[in-house]
Amino acid sequence: MMKKLVINSAWCKGCGICAAFCPKGALEVVKEKVRRKEGTDCILCGQCELRCPDYAIYVDETKEDGNA
Amino acid sequence: MAGVNMTGVSPKTAQVSDLIWKYMRPENMPHIWCPGCGHGIIMREVAQAVENLGIDRDKLMIVSGIGCSSRAAGYMDANTLHTTHGRAIAFATGIKIANPELEVIVLTGDGDASAIGGNHLIHACRRNIGLTVVVMNNSIYGMTGGQYSPTTPTGEFGTTAPYGNIDRDFDVAQLAIGAGATYAAKGSVYHVPQTVKLIENGIKHKGFSIIDVADVCPTYYGRKNKKGSAVNMMQYQKDNMVPADKAKTMTEEELKGKIVVGLLKETEYPEYTEEYQKIIDRFVKGAK
Ligand code: SF4
Ligand code: SF4
Ligand code: SF4
Repeated sequence: MMKKLVINSAWCKGCGICAAFCPKGALEVVKEKVRRKEGTDCILCGQCELRCPDYAIYVDETKEDGNA
Repeated sequence: MAGVNMTGVSPKTAQVSDLIWKYMRPENMPHIWCPGCGHGIIMREVAQAVENLGIDRDKLMIVSGIGCSSRAAGYMDANTLHTTHGRAIAFATGIKIANPELEVIVLTGDGDASAIGGNHLIHACRRNIGLTVVVMNNSIYGMTGGQYSPTTPTGEFGTTAPYGNIDRDFDVAQLAIGAGATYAAKGSVYHVPQTVKLIENGIKHKGFSIIDVADVCPTYYGRKNKKGSAVNMMQYQKDNMVPADKAKTMTEEELKGKIVVGLLKETEYPEYTEEYQKIIDRFVKGAK
């Protein structure tokens, strides 16, 4: 099982909720879109996914064969 | 096509989580709600609760009324019905009586549920019909431009209360309890795992359930009342949360401005459609 953080910029409205409550400060909003902040660690806790009103950020779990 | 994958789950064609792919209609996204509007969070809480219970989507019925929140019926991928203002519970009652095997979930706003639809709400409580009502309670009419609603706290502002609201506000969950609801809880958009669990238990409960979820409307409520951004409003929920058990020991004064989260009431009483079925059975037997 491989986990990774996915950001769907097309749906992100830049509200900043995910960034505000990320326990690692791993996100920032730049020009109304969220992105990973350089030099920070994402621990794949999924807090951002729980509170994103736009389903634009989530922790993806891909099985080893590459299928979801 | 996401809209037709009612039973199986087809391979994803949009960049979304499995949960959203399964329960939402990605072809209608991004949704119309404002940046930071809590409605999307509550819709996800409902989807997560349904997923946790493993409910077959063919048996899932989502009913909404009118208002920003009630757009949810258009975004969720299940049997959905977008009805008229305040009448979601009335339509849902009809659906449940005709199809007691369905899990009927009503998604409604504070104005829709407690003003325009207040009468339907209290009578559904009184009958103890097996509906689950999730109130997306942001204390304002968003869609029509920020008018104060029955849940706008006294003294707060709306476009129709420019000098401060002099009405007393309803506590929707307590109103429902007073009217006979057999399950009542309060959640929030900040306290997601707790709220998911409360919705889950509300769906499982036999009889009328209400989950009053403290929502955020940064566009109208936030601006009119200088509550800051969606982040500030969620931070407020985080900082001012009181567990329901503790709230029971606090006075009305102490509870002012607090965000109560937890179970308020759970009790047993005969469910309406089961009682109705007993009458049908009596006549069917009588006819033989
Ligand atoms: S998964 Fe957790 S650590 Fe990673 S960005 Fe989201 S909230 Fe932050
Ligand atoms: S919470 Fe969602 S919409 Fe808001 S900034 Fe983060 S990813 Fe974008
Ligand atoms: S007006 Fe308020 S309730 Fe309506 S979509 Fe915007 S933030 Fe949400």
